[in-house]
Amino acid sequence: MLRFVPIITIAFMIGPVSAGLIGTLLPAFGILPALGGTGPGLDPWVTLFEQPGLWHSVRLSLVNGLIASFVSVAIVVLFCAAWQGTRIFRVMQRILSPILSVPHAAAAFGLAFLIAPSGWIARLVAQFSGWDRPPDLAIIHDPLGLAMIAGLVAKEIPFLFLMTLAALPQADTERTARITATLGYGRIAGWFKATLPRIYPQIRLPVLAVLAYSTSVVDVAIILGPTTPAPLAVRILGWLSDPDLALRFMASSAAILQLIIVLMAMVIWMTGEKIIGVIGRHWAENGQRFKRDQGARHGSAVLAILATGAIILGLVILLIWSVAGFWGFPEILPRSFSLRLWQREYDAIGSSLGTTLLIAVPTVIIAVALVLGCLENEVRQAHKPGRGVMWLIYLPLLVPQISFMFGLQVFFTLIGLERTLISVVLAHLVFVLPYVFLSLSDPFRALDPRYGQTALCLGASPSGVFWKVRLPLLTRAILTAMAVGLAVTVGQYLPTLLIGAGRFATVTTEAVALASGGDRRMIGIYGLLQMVLPFAGFACALLIPAILFRHRRGMSAHNRG
Amino acid sequence: MPSGIKTGLELRDVRIGLDGRELVAVDLVIEPGEIVTLMGPSGSGKSSLLGHICGTLPDQFKVAGQVILDGQSLDGKAPQDRHVGILFQDDLLFPHLSVGGNLAFALSTNVRGKANRRARVEEALRSADLDGFADRDPATLSGGQRARIALMRVLLSEPCALLLDEPFSKLDSDLRGQIRSFVFNLCRKNGLPTLMVTHDPEDGIAAGGRVINLA
Repeated sequence: MLRFVPIITIAFMIGPVSAGLIGTLLPAFGILPALGGTGPGLDPWVTLFEQPGLWHSVRLSLVNGLIASFVSVAIVVLFCAAWQGTRIFRVMQRILSPILSVPHAAAAFGLAFLIAPSGWIARLVAQFSGWDRPPDLAIIHDPLGLAMIAGLVAKEIPFLFLMTLAALPQADTERTARITATLGYGRIAGWFKATLPRIYPQIRLPVLAVLAYSTSVVDVAIILGPTTPAPLAVRILGWLSDPDLALRFMASSAAILQLIIVLMAMVIWMTGEKIIGVIGRHWAENGQRFKRDQGARHGSAVLAILATGAIILGLVILLIWSVAGFWGFPEILPRSFSLRLWQREYDAIGSSLGTTLLIAVPTVIIAVALVLGCLENEVRQAHKPGRGVMWLIYLPLLVPQISFMFGLQVFFTLIGLERTLISVVLAHLVFVLPYVFLSLSDPFRALDPRYGQTALCLGASPSGVFWKVRLPLLTRAILTAMAVGLAVTVGQYLPTLLIGAGRFATVTTEAVALASGGDRRMIGIYGLLQMVLPFAGFACALLIPAILFRHRRGMSAHNRG
Repeated sequence: MPSGIKTGLELRDVRIGLDGRELVAVDLVIEPGEIVTLMGPSGSGKSSLLGHICGTLPDQFKVAGQVILDGQSLDGKAPQDRHVGILFQDDLLFPHLSVGGNLAFALSTNVRGKANRRARVEEALRSADLDGFADRDPATLSGGQRARIALMRVLLSEPCALLLDEPFSKLDSDLRGQIRSFVFNLCRKNGLPTLMVTHDPEDGIAAGGRVINLA
């Protein structure tokens, strides 16, 4: 039984992606019998290309995705190069882990409340400049999409940073840094010349996932992105939600176009990798040492602190708005505080939290069980899967959600599962499984295999070893993986909206739905609610092992996970 | 337990290879209560040999020959059915269990009843001069105490043979002699055929048995 778990797990990820892509591809060429499309044709594409501002939308998606990814990667590697092994580096490590669990939409709302013309920064400036009304500037929803890029960068930095952190020990970076320093290299130059080439292959898949995400993002684009026209993915969602069902065909073509854009972005990115690789090799050998890099080092710290600070401050402002009474411009704080809205929304809050958990609990349990099965199978078969498997695990994160979610909806309708909890859980699993796997595989594989061998030689059965030795030793890692999985399902917007067809109102779908209304107090409430469950999850992952093993000092060393 | 007749541990022309290269080849019989020392540089396949005997060697290794314990072949048996105990250079006490929990983990389910099992654990602790340590956290013990618990844990699983994988190399030099004689005495007293691999010549001298040098 155990040996089939890896296949089942991969099927749960690849199956929906494939079914969804087919279900999008067919209507894109006019085939969708349910809506009267029977013969193959190019009509959907003709209609699509007639849409005003289509190429503008395409350019926004492609260019902004590339810029956002490049800036996030640049800040992360620069910061690691400049500060690895220092105190600020360790502090950053602690701060960024919880930030990773903040759903994209909540972070984007926080940022919007911070930088909008009537936002908190403008209020701060107003104290000195004497503004009595918000400046007349399009700072969010700006036509170039700069606010959206900023939101993406701030939210992708924690993910890329933690992925880089996981890669660091494998490249013996501490000693490499000592060697480059004794050879007279500045910190940053030494790291870029000697460490980055060894780290990059390890973080390449996460980087590509960030690129695919940034190029096709929907929720952040709705909250911060340009509107006239919007990036392509947002317009596709609009067409998919249009009461005119005939638009579904064109929307499918657009979803395929979105996939092509993501592939183009990846080709451009990989070409860039090649060019930088060639130039970098020459640069590494030219002996320049860049000993005076204080300026660059501090610059990288400022950027990283700015990005994290923006998210944290944004969340605080969400909190303030959720309890704000009258709060006119340019006041720094509201004149009064009130829980009136929380009371009014009490029932709605309860039901959206309930719905979120209704999806999250089965999803996380299934995901953790499957991933544990895969890893345990790995131990029993005594061989590790190759690098190709990593591509399979990342596949759901490399294909844009909007390109296969509509097709998946069509597929679920076909097999009679539309608008059911099962189909929503299956759709969430596609994205939860990769993250749970990434979170759990390192600590599981790092467990000293001699514990298992010792237990076997003491007469324990293989399943006894799993339940009585490996599982307890990995308590904290497993709870952390569950918290990661919880954070991922809570943050899902498109899968919940499209697969659930509006039947499942989670904290995230409710929050994004509020974006157009502009009721800041309500946005504050639902933005906060998005964070409640992930934070509670991570708090449990810290507290439960600490209580369970309070008399076992050796467990803290074994369960860094 | 196998046939009941103690004839020792027999390695009949055992050869272990990896990627077409032979790592180790031995042919020997270890009598009950005898301690045989296997010396060799690191990478000479000593630990692979022990892994093969207790059944935890990954299958990419090529293995030939027979391993026989008390007259019965071990080849193809699952590790948990072999009754072969092993001690590593680290004590590998399970950090999530108490000292008593670690020892009870090793006790067979044939020892029934909570009180009965507890008594066996206490008895083992007493014979290691660690009375009253059952509820302690293993992480709070000294290296010497942990080493003794690890040995008691193996012995409670009632092995028919014992393997020692550089068991003393991580101990302080003043402790090493004391733990060595503790382990060796119990091996002899329990009549266990014992195979020790090490690269410390003093281990072999202290064991007082045959010393085999691997090339």
